[in-house]
Amino acid sequence: MPATKLSKAATHDHASRIFDLDVSSLRELNQALHALTPGSNETAWEVLHPKGSHSVAVGVDQPVTIDVRGSVGYYCGGMNSGSTITVHGSAGPGVGENMMSGSIIVKGDASQYAGATGKGGLLVIEGNASSRCGISMKGIDIVVHGNIGHMSAFMAQSGNLVVLGDAGDALGDSIYEARLFVRGKVDSLGADCIAKEMRPEHLELLQGLLDRAGVTGVKPSEFKRYGSARTLYNFNIDNADAY
Amino acid sequence: MTYRNPPTTPRKSATFDDYTLSEIRRAAATGIYDIRGAGAKRKLPHFDDLLFLGASISRYPLEGYRERCDTSVVLGSRHAKKPIELKIPITIAGMSFGSLSGPAKEALGRGATLAGTSTTTGDGGMTEEERGHSKTLVYQYLPSRYGMNLRDLRRADAIEVVVGQGAKPGGGGMLLGQKISDRVAEMRTLPKGIDQRSASRHPDWTGPDDLEIKILELREITDWEKPIYVKVGGARPYYDTALAVKAGADVVVVDGMQGGTAATQEVFIENVGQPTLACIRPAVQALQDLGMHRKVQLIVSGGIRNGADVAKALALGVDAVSIGTAALVALGDNDPRWEAEYNELGTTAGAYDDWHEGRDPAGITTQDPELMKRVDPIAAGRRLANYLKVMTLEAQTIARACGKNSLHNLEPEDLVALTIEAAAMAGVPLAGTNWIPGKNGF
Repeated sequence: MPATKLSKAATHDHASRIFDLDVSSLRELNQALHALTPGSNETAWEVLHPKGSHSVAVGVDQPVTIDVRGSVGYYCGGMNSGSTITVHGSAGPGVGENMMSGSIIVKGDASQYAGATGKGGLLVIEGNASSRCGISMKGIDIVVHGNIGHMSAFMAQSGNLVVLGDAGDALGDSIYEARLFVRGKVDSLGADCIAKEMRPEHLELLQGLLDRAGVTGVKPSEFKRYGSARTLYNFNIDNADAY
Repeated sequence: MTYRNPPTTPRKSATFDDYTLSEIRRAAATGIYDIRGAGAKRKLPHFDDLLFLGASISRYPLEGYRERCDTSVVLGSRHAKKPIELKIPITIAGMSFGSLSGPAKEALGRGATLAGTSTTTGDGGMTEEERGHSKTLVYQYLPSRYGMNLRDLRRADAIEVVVGQGAKPGGGGMLLGQKISDRVAEMRTLPKGIDQRSASRHPDWTGPDDLEIKILELREITDWEKPIYVKVGGARPYYDTALAVKAGADVVVVDGMQGGTAATQEVFIENVGQPTLACIRPAVQALQDLGMHRKVQLIVSGGIRNGADVAKALALGVDAVSIGTAALVALGDNDPRWEAEYNELGTTAGAYDDWHEGRDPAGITTQDPELMKRVDPIAAGRRLANYLKVMTLEAQTIARACGKNSLHNLEPEDLVALTIEAAAMAGVPLAGTNWIPGKNGF
């Protein structure tokens, strides 16, 4: 797996406010994060013993860093607005769902629907992501170091999905204007998704995404670009068998 | 004079009636199914098939204009720190900005606020018009998540997780290219002018166990303050209600097949889902079986037109009703004053349902800047408030006649049915008998 600059975030920061989910409740954690105001000096948080808890650090809207020491359940970082969340483990379904801005880094693997409907920000999965990664994405950038499962980027509207490994079946089914970059093989493309020319502006965009995600040793020219053929944008009965 | 055999009167088929024939010809000519707005138009067992008994020797009435009859309702008291308190048990259903014009959404907010009730966003996000003019605004959480964002989630008064709607249980939203204006496109992150067919399933959960986790997430994001509704189409009301309760809903919304939509296939509207009347008792029964009746509130929608419908729904055990189509009519939808323009569109006032085309003469279901000027949000809001107040007064009139000092004290024992079908669906006796079809083995 390629090296990543962001792994530095894993180093222990002794100035962190530590929240142990063995001792405190999820509700206390999220409410403490929501109580943060602009300019707060509690900028570094650490969550211990998540043990697969759902909804860890959801709805955070301040630019703080949150290091989660372990694996999480559903919807970690849901609707994140501006915070940087690092999951030092794997993430369950819907990590970073509907994220607005900020970034989420998963050091392990991610389950289904990673980054679903995300509006902005950056989601990095250092392992593999399961099916429906980037489903209905609306502006988020997602970088997966490993592989992604089937039906990824289904109805993806906007944003970029970068996959350093392979993609499963029906990639980009019914895609709108999102851009997909896959370095490995694609099992199959979904309805209305086609391979597209990688023009200079795409190479530049991709390099920027790789840099932001801390990926080194990988060149944009190693990727193929996929996107919408736009043939299903307006209904035509002769296309009905495409659905 | 020559004798002629008596002619056979031309006979049209009941099966292949004029409407059916026109549909076959239209499909053959255009190669597309019929898309339209509104809900089921076919005749269905409905509240008209129920009657109140009123007072008699054994039940005494309340004085019509003197004795109090409470109409208020609290929604979301199960888990939410800030439940919603409404003056009347009639709310405005979710209708999107995109399907409706900005002035129409503003008018809904104004009317609801004047009448002391809530209004609801739709599959297109929250607009400033409706947030600004709605004292109590329910924010829909839909499969498409168009415009869904943290700020709006936090400034909503309640959140409604939409699983389905009565016009199309199992169908997603639809907004055709004519209505995807720059503003609508931007709110939905879509290219302008495309035919938008939004998802029918939520992108990040499937089934009741996931729904429970999704509701937990929404509560965590909003610090357990806001009531969370779950809205389902009238498909399997007993199990859907029970599963919504199990998943943690504060309020369950059941929308029958007369409930409207901005646009979907005619075949879907008329052939999928159950009538509102058929949905109520199973939903109430589910709450009663779980010991959650009146703890989790039940809202029913689909074909509510007047205070009698409100009273009948409440008597069957619901906590509040919701209106969409009727609210649009109060704003001015299908008004005969635009008859000449309806004729130009090949229809007539009262039948206009091509809401997806964006050419609504009344300026409600359009994004055309000129047409939408026909809706004066202040005057239209006032009409909606008047209508809501009339419905409330009508329901109170009936409740007092039944001796009830609160609309919520109406009960199934106050009702009889005019038809066997309605008796079976509503679980009340056929008029003049003590027979409830399906009860006691008959």
